[in-house]
This record gives sequence, C-alpha cells and structure tokens, in this order.
Amino acid sequence: MSDYSSSASLPATLFDIIVVGTGVVGCAMARRFTLEGAKVLVIEKAVDILDGASKANSAILHTGFDAPSPGSQELECIVDGYNEYLEIHARLNLPLLECGALVLAWNEAEADRLEGIQRSAHHNGVTGTRIIDAKELRSKEPQLAHTAVAAVEVPGEFVIDPWSAPYAYLLQALENGACLARNCELLDGHFDSGEWTLKTSKGPLKGRQLINCAGLYGDRLNQKLVGESDFEIRPRKGQFVVFDKSARGLTRSILLPVPTEITKGVVVCPTIFGNLLVGPTAEEQHSRIDAAVDSAQLQALIDKGSSILPALGQHAVTATYAGLRPATEHKDYQIKWYRDRNYCCVGGIRSTGLSAALGIARLVYRQYLAAGNQHSELVDCHWPRVSRIADPGERDWQQPGNGGIVCHCELVTRREIMQALEGPIPPCSLAGLKRRTRVTMGRCQGFYCSAELSDLTDGCFQQPMSSARK
Amino acid sequence: MKTQHCQVAIVGAGPSGLALASELAKSDLDVVVLEREDTAGGIPRHCGHSPYGMREFHRLMSGPAYAGRLTREAEQQGARIWLNTTVTEIGPGGKLLLSTVDGVLELQAARVVICTGNRETPRAARLVSGTRPLGIVTTGALQSMVYLKHRLPFMNPLIVGTELVSFSALLTCRHAGIKPVAMIDSNPRVTAIKASAWLPRLLGIPLLLNAVLDEIRGGSRVESVAVSNAAGKLQNIECDGVIFSGNFVAEASLVRASHLEFDARSGGPVVDQYGRCSDPAYFACGNLLHPVDTAGWCWAEGLRTARLLLADLNAELPRTGRVLEIETASPGIRYFTPQRILLPDAHLSENHPGVQLRFAENRSGRISWWGDKGIISGRRIRAQRERRVLLPFPPRDQLSACASLALEFLPDVED
Repeated sequence: MSDYSSSASLPATLFDIIVVGTGVVGCAMARRFTLEGAKVLVIEKAVDILDGASKANSAILHTGFDAPSPGSQELECIVDGYNEYLEIHARLNLPLLECGALVLAWNEAEADRLEGIQRSAHHNGVTGTRIIDAKELRSKEPQLAHTAVAAVEVPGEFVIDPWSAPYAYLLQALENGACLARNCELLDGHFDSGEWTLKTSKGPLKGRQLINCAGLYGDRLNQKLVGESDFEIRPRKGQFVVFDKSARGLTRSILLPVPTEITKGVVVCPTIFGNLLVGPTAEEQHSRIDAAVDSAQLQALIDKGSSILPALGQHAVTATYAGLRPATEHKDYQIKWYRDRNYCCVGGIRSTGLSAALGIARLVYRQYLAAGNQHSELVDCHWPRVSRIADPGERDWQQPGNGGIVCHCELVTRREIMQALEGPIPPCSLAGLKRRTRVTMGRCQGFYCSAELSDLTDGCFQQPMSSARK
Repeated sequence: MKTQHCQVAIVGAGPSGLALASELAKSDLDVVVLEREDTAGGIPRHCGHSPYGMREFHRLMSGPAYAGRLTREAEQQGARIWLNTTVTEIGPGGKLLLSTVDGVLELQAARVVICTGNRETPRAARLVSGTRPLGIVTTGALQSMVYLKHRLPFMNPLIVGTELVSFSALLTCRHAGIKPVAMIDSNPRVTAIKASAWLPRLLGIPLLLNAVLDEIRGGSRVESVAVSNAAGKLQNIECDGVIFSGNFVAEASLVRASHLEFDARSGGPVVDQYGRCSDPAYFACGNLLHPVDTAGWCWAEGLRTARLLLADLNAELPRTGRVLEIETASPGIRYFTPQRILLPDAHLSENHPGVQLRFAENRSGRISWWGDKGIISGRRIRAQRERRVLLPFPPRDQLSACASLALEFLPDVED
C-alpha cells in the first residue's frame, strides 16, 4: 500500500494522473482511473481524507428525480453514480437503506405542484414515482402531522454511509496501485511538454494529467494552475440536527418538502446509523472554513422537524453539525477540460456530490478517453470489504474477540478502533477516527468513552485528545 | 446463542446496583451484576475526591475508595460481577441480550433491576453555537481522563454550570493543576448550596452568574468563548476548553428501546411505589429514575429496593390490583417518580420516602396531593433547581378511596 501521508518526501515517479483533493469526488476519481489501469496519485492538504465539503451532508443517495432538466452534467452524473453505487456496494460491504422518499405537500398550492414534480421525475428517467393522497400518506407514515395533504412517493431515494463509501472508493484505488499523500498542499505548478511539475508542501511531483477535485477551493486552484476560473465558489452552509435513535421509528421514509426556486428545503431523513436527521439550512457565506452552528438556526430546525413529525419534540438531540457545499454562481456542475494543458477541473459539485461522485468519475474518464488517452485495464482487480459500522448487518460487538465495547452509545469495539488506527488509511485526527468507527458520535458525545479513547489514541493524532499529566 | 440463568440480574454496577447486589446476595440469591466498563463502581469510580461514604460507612472517603468498598462488599456477599459486559436488549420476562468480549449471549433472570444511572448533557444537546474543536468535555469525561488515565484535555477551560458536579469539576481541575478561566451559570444564583460559591473565590476563579455561553470559537482546539451577561453585553474569554457540567439526564436508552413503559418527563422508566416497571420482571433503581442524586441516596434506595424485590420473590408483593396513575398539570414540576401506585398498597412501602420530584425553577409554594374529592395532604416547600423534593404518599386508607390522584404545585404569589 502506498500511503505517503506520514513520509517526508514523495515518489519521483511520473504519474499518469494526479488527483487534487480527497473529498468524495477525489476518492471516486482515484478509484475510476486506477481501475482503468492508470497510475494515480491523490494529494490532500488536510491531515485526513473527507475533511472539507464531504464531511457533512444528508447522506441521501439521490435518484436525480428533482435534478436540473435533462442534459445537465449533474443529472447525468447522479444517474450514473446512483446505478454504480447499487452495483458495487455489496462487494465493498457498504450499507444501503432502501427507505424511499416522500415529497410532501402541506397545502393545496403545493399539492398542485406535485404533478409537475412527477413529470420532471419521468423526464429525468426516474420511474416508479406516484402521487398518494392524505389517507394513504397517513397509513404509510402515521406519525406525520395530519396537515399533510398529499405527496409524491419516490421509492428509489435511499440513504447510505457518507464516510465509509468514499473511504472504500479510495481504499480500492490504493489496493490496486494508487498512491495517497495527505498533509500535502499543492503550492504551485506548471505544465510543459506534456507534463505537470508540481510544487507541494512535501516536495516536487510529476504527472501527465491533473484533475482538480479541490471542492471548496476549486476556483482558487484553477487560478493558480491555469490562470482563470469559469466559476467562483460561493460556500453555502448547511446546519443539521441529529436526533437520538429513539426517534428513528417516527418515519420510514425520507421526508422532503416541495422545493422552492431558491432551496430544496429542510429534509427529515433517517440515517444509516439509526438516527433521524433534520436539515440543512442554506446560508450563503464567504468563509470556506467556518462551519459553525448557530443555536437559533438549530432551534428553528427542531421546530421545523416537529411541525412535520409532532412527536419529535419528545426525543433528545444527539448531535449538531454544519457542512459547507461548494456552490457557485451556476446551477450546474462545472466539469471542464483544458485540453492544451492536460488539466480537468471538477468544480461546483454542490449538495449532490455523494450521489454523483461515481458518475462524475465515469464522465471525466470518458472525456479523458475521448481525447485519445488509453490504458490497459487492470487485471485481478481487488475488492476490499470495509468494516460495517452501520446498524443493518453484522457488527463487531456480536463477534468473539472484539476486545469489549468502548463507545457504548454506538457499540464500537476496541478491535474496531485498533483496526482503524492501524488500518491502511489510518486517521490522523479524532474526526477521522469518528468517521471510520463512529466513536463518540452517539448520545453521550464522549461522557463515557473519551477517557479510554484518549488513552487508546495516544500518539496517533496530530492534535491529541489529551496530553499525559506530568 | 448460549443462554445462562440467574435469579436476579442487575444492570449497572454503580452505588444503587452494588447496594442491591450486596443485600440480595446476603439472602443467598444467585445475583449477577452486568457492568459494561472494565471496573465496577459507577460514577464514584472516577470522582477522585470526597465526600463519599458518610451515610454508608460513617467515614469520609474518596470516590474510588468508596466504589472499591461497595464492589468488595458485593463480591464478599457472593454476587458475581461480570465486567466488560453490555446489555444490548431488554426482552419481556427478564430475558437480556448481552455483548461480551466473547460475542453475544442470552441471560434469563427471574428478576432484573435496571440501575443504569445518569449522565450529563453534552454540548450538542444544549444547542450551543460555534465551531466544534477539541477540548469540549463533560465533567464525567474530564474526571475519567484525570483520575483513571492521568491525562489532561486542556489547561485553562471554562466551566459551564454551578451544580454540585460543577464544583466537583473545579476540584478535579485543581487536583490536576488545571486552572479554569471562569465558572458561569445562566441563572442568577448558584445551583448547588450557596456556600459552594466560596470555592471558586478561594481558588481565584471568577464566578459569573446571569452569564450565557453564546459561542465557542476555535479551529482544531478551543481558542475562546463569547459570554453575555443579563444586559446582553458580550465578553470574549480566552480559554482552551469548555467543561459542560451537570444538567443530568437518565441513561435510559435501553429502556426506551424496550417494551417497558417510558416516562417522558423523567426520561426513565415508569415505576410503581415498589420501583417495579410495567413488566413485573423488571425493577429500576437509582439515578436512572431521578437524575441526579447523591451516591449515598442511590445506595439507600438500592437497599430498600432489594428488600422489596426479596418480598416480591416470596410472593409478598401484590402484582395485580387497582392502578392509580399520578397526574399533574402544574408546569413548574419537571418530573416525579414513581409515576403510579398499585392498590392496595402492601405494608412494605411504609419506609418509602414518598414521591420524589424535581422543579424547573427555584420557587416557594405548596405541593399537594389531590384525590377526586379534593386535597388529601400536602406541605409547603422551597423548591430549588436540580434539588430533590419529597412528598410522602397520602395515608393508605385515603389512597384506597381515591378514583384518581394528582400532584399540584401552587407557587407563592410574588410581590
């Protein structure tokens, strides 16, 4: 395995492809190009993968039923990404919650728009949707507020694990020959005679093609490397409230509002870990790093959630978080090749990135082939199986030799923690360990386990949980 | 899956669970205590300072010494304590699913007592604004780090809260050489006894009342907090951590996911005057029922519940009868336990301290029992936040004549 995250220098090899960024798009990109036979290096400036836009989202696997009309890059990538996830998730041991979604109308005006929503779904190739009336809605979702008048049922909208999925994509890339360098910031680069020479915080690098998957910094990277950018990142913050597992039974489906011109609105959504999620907000801001939560906004989300599921108010809040979507001034994704410079920018991948990532990687690879590049496909492709940390399926606490449960709320075992710490892409931060195992992400938020955990992770993180007492 | 059997299974080896175990094992019952941590003792295990043990052992002890003593006594009486054993499911009739280092197994007990205690409310559930850097902990987490692992998560934290446990956080800091920057509370008065306000003063730590934590700031670690006073004036305080102390809630996730009736007010199971849950194979005891009370109180409740459980095993506790659900429409009452009384009341509940309540605010007034024919009994109280209020049950003959039963709190009219 070629992880250069903790080594001081980088290999002098000439890579076929250098991917910048290890969000969900970068991970999927590395996987696609590696499986097609290219020699790939992925670089990441943060200490861990999934540390930017990809660390916080609603974890929905979208069908694309409400994506911008046919012909958009976004729709094409969502549909392809969705299908590929369904195809590969079992082989990678990735979970899938086949819960379906309901687009809820709360008044006659919204109900009048359901026909149109159903029509655009069909236009987008999403079949199996249907309009259901208030009576059927109540029998389907008895906890739903009785003021809902009708809904469009979209049975294909699912929920996945937003962290183990991209982790598995990257792991498969690495196990099949790709290289990874975290803690590696791209400082400068120039293209000459068919080669990119890059200056990074870990030293120089050489590659034939460069793919910008830098998410919230996509426009800046464009400016730095090709001197222009067709778009400007306008970060959009989304805050979320996660409710205790006791609330999970309040809905079977993902509950969506009828969207407005401006926003898709607040969603009530089961999580793959057995919680219930309410969010996101949609707040335009300048900062690309400030993902602070705001108590008034969180309270508004709780109120909103309680107006949809009145019993929600009797359930405790487990966690709150915020994510930044790399939105731009454009509606569609901004995927563009600079052919004369062997450079591809994959920008403006806003809230649908988790669903579309595998499709984006396919699209970019097709465009790469179209330019006359070719590789011989990988023989004996490896299919790593990631450990299952979501509730449906076998968990480690059920198995002998698990070392005992450390995180009691999420039933995370000592063996799972040690395997993550010693694993192929070891976490270099507590946040990274949380994404890999779910430790401290439950209702007590570390009341019971953080002492044990700070002991177990001693020496593992750049920013330790605690220091030894002198 | 393997199935094991025992007469009484106790879930949780804290003060109430260990007191129960000692008392029941003394009567030659086959008792198993299920503890998910690697050491028995519960919260006192990581509370490295006094005062513990006065009620139980008539001497001043530290938390760990007290936890050790309770554990030894239970073991000496013959109770078996299974460590690193997590109950993952509570099933009808006393059937428990367990996860151990060797995998899963089933335990069938004639009676189960749930003593899973309580924990503090963390930052997220308090909806505090700001970023989410390292260095934000509850007192429990801090104490486990300091006393069990000899580790420090920060050097200059802010302490949020002025409950008894908040001062325990202060003592923990002092012990570890951590110097808090301030102690704040959104209320105008200290929540714990008034005299405790001397402690921060003595240690030279500012105590800010009427102060609200508005925002936590920082990148990878806490860098500062914004605190506002009653007039809305913001103050920036530099610190490298935040301790969220107190605001205890029942650790009742097992109960809530089970078939047992749940009480939304207390956040724990519904129990009758014997501490028995809606499934008569289950009892509940300790801070799970009334977050939060002292270890000594929970220990005494453990002894009392043990005697009731013994009577139940000897068929001396009525199982059927008329159930009086206790109701209340008084908004000041945050919760009360027990939530129901089974009639006729067996003589066994004579030593019962009565209904235990918590109030949302500090208020004086009169708390009364109402039957369907009017007030039965009551008393004047000075209710204080996070402090226990007791009201004895109405006399047995009057209870039997009631068709319904309610608690009423009439606050004094304020000037």
